[in-house]
Order: sequence, then structure tokens, then C-alpha cells
Amino acid sequence: MRIVQAPKAQESLELNWPLVADFLTRFIREELAWRGYEKAVVAVSGGVDSATTLALAVRALGRKQVHALFLPHRDSSPLSREHAYLVAETFGVDLEEVDITPMVEGYAAMTPDLTPHRKGNLMARARMMVLFDKSQAYQALPLGTGNKTERLFGYFTWHGDDTPPVNPLGDLYKTQVWGLARHLGVPQAVVEKVPTADLIPGQTDEGDLGVRYLRADVILEHYLKGYPDAYIESLGYTQEEIGRVKERVNRTHWKRALPTVALLSSTAIGEFYLRPLDYRP
Amino acid sequence: MIRHAVLQFRPEKARVKENLARLAERLEALRPHTPEVVVLPEAALTGYFLQGGVRELALTRHELLELLSGVHRAVGWEGLLDVVVGFYERDEGAYYNSAAYLELPHRVVHVHRKVFLPTYGVFDEERYLARGRRVEAFNTRFGRVAILICEDFWHSITAAIAALDGAEAIYVPAASPARGFQGERPENVERWRTLARAVAAEHGVYVVLSSLVGFEGGKGMSGGSLAVGPEGRILAEAPLFEEAALLFDLDPGRIPPVRYDSPLLSDLEAALPLLLPDLERVLGKGGE
Repeated sequence: MRIVQAPKAQESLELNWPLVADFLTRFIREELAWRGYEKAVVAVSGGVDSATTLALAVRALGRKQVHALFLPHRDSSPLSREHAYLVAETFGVDLEEVDITPMVEGYAAMTPDLTPHRKGNLMARARMMVLFDKSQAYQALPLGTGNKTERLFGYFTWHGDDTPPVNPLGDLYKTQVWGLARHLGVPQAVVEKVPTADLIPGQTDEGDLGVRYLRADVILEHYLKGYPDAYIESLGYTQEEIGRVKERVNRTHWKRALPTVALLSSTAIGEFYLRPLDYRP
Repeated sequence: MIRHAVLQFRPEKARVKENLARLAERLEALRPHTPEVVVLPEAALTGYFLQGGVRELALTRHELLELLSGVHRAVGWEGLLDVVVGFYERDEGAYYNSAAYLELPHRVVHVHRKVFLPTYGVFDEERYLARGRRVEAFNTRFGRVAILICEDFWHSITAAIAALDGAEAIYVPAASPARGFQGERPENVERWRTLARAVAAEHGVYVVLSSLVGFEGGKGMSGGSLAVGPEGRILAEAPLFEEAALLFDLDPGRIPPVRYDSPLLSDLEAALPLLLPDLERVLGKGGE
């Protein structure tokens, strides 16, 4: 008699990348179209998220319809520049460079107590100012590049890198972005390098977060689906890791929401008066 | 043989007038294929996710007939055209997620109001809509059919009622946001294929799924409309995520031999009364 043992069921983060790429390509095209745009602008940092976003945008709109920006600060790593140009070349788009150093340092010179952390946020917001100005100049919609892991961890600058109105990667964990990036032909050096926000010299995401993406994403997926801690532990994760992941998520719900408004009426926007963002009779 | 066209349609959100013009264009394109019945998706004239906008865009069934008769007239369609179309319905201050069977240009043959209003996850229907209370088959000039809307069809009991009521075809207008990208197709699409084939084969009915397409605020309606024959075989299948039309002939003559081979519906008819006490028992209404 043959005995067939079913494998233990587990949530899988491995997706059908061609299907995902096709879906996200249509997403970009359609979400731009009803807003009246045929072009996109993408800030390329040299990292895997913006490289993947650029690849999708080029697929969706054609390379002539995509403006890629590189927005370095003088403290940015030389490797970021190298990779930004490599990514632009790979996907056949010109890279426009705007140095944000004068913007950031102009304020920094007036602010002697500016900490590295605050300066990092300033850089992210300076980049957003340039991105939106170029958006208007080129009549091109800014695409966001934030992934689900950093969104869940609140690992971004509020009203900085979360600002663009259309974001194709926001429901993909970091490890899933790696999978999609490989499928889309993002250069290996970009996919495999240590992720960094590159806002402070020597900074790495996993150093800041205190947990590896490969482990955090599995914990997140099970936590969001409602698995109890004991179940996640049974998959080989420590209580400390699980606790850290949950704490980051639960400390930052406000960062994934619009500003809080005092509710006074029964027509409060977004509370009583509810319309989808694409509602336009 | 009844010539069908399933129109996998992408409406512009909340723009009824533009969507009627778009529908007219699609009917023009279908005209050489001489369909007798055209099947549109759920919420085809407005898009699916309206939130409180339902109140502004819902139509009475007579307003719906007037608008679609206008399309029939505008394209100069010769003779009658039957249309199944999902719409938000207004009736005496209540709002429903409904689908009408219209015989254009003259009459509303039937309106089904969605019974199972998904209110979980990405869905929030019951916040804005009232629940329908009936599942029933009805007669058209081509035969006896039923309509089930989207989640209605995900409960096997509704199709069973429709088939017991004499439906030989079940029309299913749907709006299904793609989700679950692990497999060859999105999980919801796989579910539709499995269900449509299983229901068709169980009852020996045609199943005609017309599924909305287009992105609505990041939610990508999946498409993948289906025509399934009474033995459970997929006769035609639309692509995912883009507008398309499926053409197929519904042949009522195929139903008796299929049911002769697999008489599950008559078995159900015979055995269901035996199970009714248990049904009442599990619903907490008597029995042991």
C-alpha cells in the first residue's frame, strides 16, 4: 500500500511572476488613463523597488513615456549612483539627475541641531518636492515605489516616499519584489545588494528594522492572516522576532492613514460621506 | 440553438452615459454575429465599487429599460434583443444589487436581486444595499432560465433551487477583484472555473458567467467570463483583465441527453424532501 503524506499547509509568498507583471502593467496603464495621464515619472534610487517600478512603467507605457529621475544628496552612496544609471540603461530610459544637496543643506545650515534622522526625512521630502514638480513639468504622474513590508513597518518618511498617487508594489512584500525584479530583468547587482534607504551613510534596512526581510515577510503574512503567535513559532520563528514585527506594525497604523479629522457631523468625509477615489459621475 | 454573446465589459466609473455609448459601440461590433441574447456583467453601467454613490446612480427597472431601449434604438438593431445586465436598482427608497433580463426594446422580463451581499475583506455591499429575498427561474422567449449575481453563485444551494425551478441556463453577472497570484490564474478565477463547471455538471444546466473587467482604485476586476455546457465542459472562456466577447450557441436539445446520462437533478428532486427536516434542524427550526 502506498501511503501519501500531504505536506504541511503554509502561506506561500512565491507568486506567478509573469501573471503579476501583466497585472501590474495593466494597473499602471489604467490607473494613469482615467486620471488623464499617459506618462509617468519615477524616482530611481539605485535600489530594487524603484528599479522594479521603472521596469513595470516601461512595460506599461513605453520607454519614451517614462521619465526617470535620480535625486542624489552629496552623502548618498556612490554605489546608488552606479546602480541608478545601470537600471536606467537596462530599461532604455534617460536618467535626469537633480542634486538635492543645495535644498537639504540650505535648511540644514539654518538648523544646527538637525540630527541625521531628521536630515534623512528632509532628503525624502526634498525628493518628493522635485518628483512632483517634474510631474507637473512633464505632465507625467509620479509612481510610488514603496513595498508592503516597509509600509507595514512604517519604514518610510510620512508624506515623503509614500506620497505618489499610484503605487504598483504596495501589496508586495520586499521578498516578493525581489522575485518580480528577477522576472523583469532588473540587474542582479541591484536585486542582490543589501537593501538600504541610503539616507545616512552605512545604513541598512535590516539593521534599522532588527529583522531579516526573508523572515519578517513570512511572519507578517501569517500575522495579517490571523495566525496566532504559537502557530508562527511552530514554523521556526522566535517569539522575539514575532514580537518585534507585530510591534512595528501596531506602532505605525497612523502612518498608513490620512490625517485625523475631528468628526462633528453626519457628513464627515471618509466617515459618513464615502465615495471611491475614482468616482466621477 | 440560441446565439449568445457574453460581453466582458469595462465601464468607466460612475459614468452611465459614457458607458451606454460604449455599450452601443460593442453591440455594433457584435451585430454581424447576430446574437439573440447578450449577457453583461454585474454593475455594468457604473462599475462595481460605488460606496455611497449607489444612492446617486441607482436606477429603477423602468429607467433601465428606457436607457437600454435607447441603445437598441441608437444602434438600429433589427428585431428583438435580449440582454442580461447587472445594475444598481432603486425601488421605494431601497437599493439593491440587481440584474435584469430585458427583451429590448419592449419589456423587463425579470429582475433578480442579489441575495448574498459580500461584506467582508474588500467587499462592503451590505452597508449600502438591501438584500434580495428570492431565487427563482423565469420564462423568456427562448426558454426557462435564472439569474444569480456573483456571490449568489458561490453558494451551491442557489443554483440547486434555480435548477429545481426549471432553469436550463443560469446567467451569472459578476464583478470579481483578482486576488491570490500564486497559481496559473488568480485564485478567484480558479474558483469561478471550478464552480461553474461543477454546477453545470451537477444539474445539467448551461452556466453563463459574465465578469467585469477594469481597475477600480487598484482592484483589478478579473474577467475570465465563461460559457459552460450542461455536462460541465467549458465551451468558451474570455481572457483575463481585458474587454472581450464570447460567442456560443446555447442548445436546449443537449440538456435531456446529458441529464439522462447523469440524472442528478431528478435524484435531488426526489431526495430533497427527505433532507428537509435536517435542513430545518440545522437552521434551528425543529427536528431532533
